[in-house]
Amino acid sequence: MSFGPYASFIVTSYALVTVVVLLLIIWIIADYRRQQARLLDLEASGVTRRSGRGATDIR
Amino acid sequence: MTLIDLANPTRFLALTARILPWLAGATAILLAIGLYQSAMAPDDYQQGATVKIMFIHVPNAWLSMFVWGVMSVAALGTLVWRHPLADVAAKAAAPIGAAFTFLALVTGSLWGRPMWGTYWEWDARLTSVLILFLMYLGLMALWRAVEDPSRAARAAAILTLVGAINIPIIKFSVDWWNTLHQPASVIRMGGSTLDKAFLWPLLVMAVAFSLLFVTLHLAAMRNEILRRRVRSLQMMQASRIAFSSEVGTGSREEKASKTIGAA
Repeated sequence: MSFGPYASFIVTSYALVTVVVLLLIIWIIADYRRQQARLLDLEASGVTRRSGRGATDIR
Repeated sequence: MTLIDLANPTRFLALTARILPWLAGATAILLAIGLYQSAMAPDDYQQGATVKIMFIHVPNAWLSMFVWGVMSVAALGTLVWRHPLADVAAKAAAPIGAAFTFLALVTGSLWGRPMWGTYWEWDARLTSVLILFLMYLGLMALWRAVEDPSRAARAAAILTLVGAINIPIIKFSVDWWNTLHQPASVIRMGGSTLDKAFLWPLLVMAVAFSLLFVTLHLAAMRNEILRRRVRSLQMMQASRIAFSSEVGTGSREEKASKTIGAA
């Protein structure tokens, strides 16, 4: 497989898409963990939801 | 489970926890197949190997418009039906849509340099997509600027619906104006003009990127629901502290008046 004289443009395009998609995935996972940690902190401090369920309960 | 059941954020969290791993798996498999097909696709007689950039540029360009379409439907959900998840859906979609639009612009630019001889041209298609990117950034800034989510939701919904005017402008810009950007070759009256050797990898990549969007969007919506839960719990905590300090102050004042009375 040869990309010819435009290899740098093709490789840069695919690399950039890979980096941006990976950044999106990492950001979403990190955000989820941050929210879970904040909910656990609130739960530990005794704050409960109006329904009486735990802050991190998703059932 | 009906659509109404999904109006409950807790049920939405439970359902998406079950389907997200399957969606992520399907996305990874389709992306792998699409990338393999893209790598194996022959060179185009005009574009040469740069045709491979099209397999990532076109799905990102389609999704940049599709995501705004999703946000527009969500905006209607916020303004008309006041669906509890509508604003969550719109807010979660915006950064993902911005990322796809950014990628469409940059990969298009990287394709344009060898094919057109320029990275950028202020033609109608490129300019209208750049405006779409700026609108995504503007919406994200609006959501961050307004602290109360319900107030931000209405303002963002109106802005999203106004911005939706840009979507048909992007789509038909190549027909309405004389542009450097080529006209539609896949979704057009009379069918696709692409050879199957290019059409299949493109369609597989388009489905893979669409699945990627659905997966990321659902995960980002879950985060937004949790963020709002954190906010409401923090407000409950703050009001409890305020109430208990008020009660404490009240009992101290009562004690003080009793002491003065006894004196």
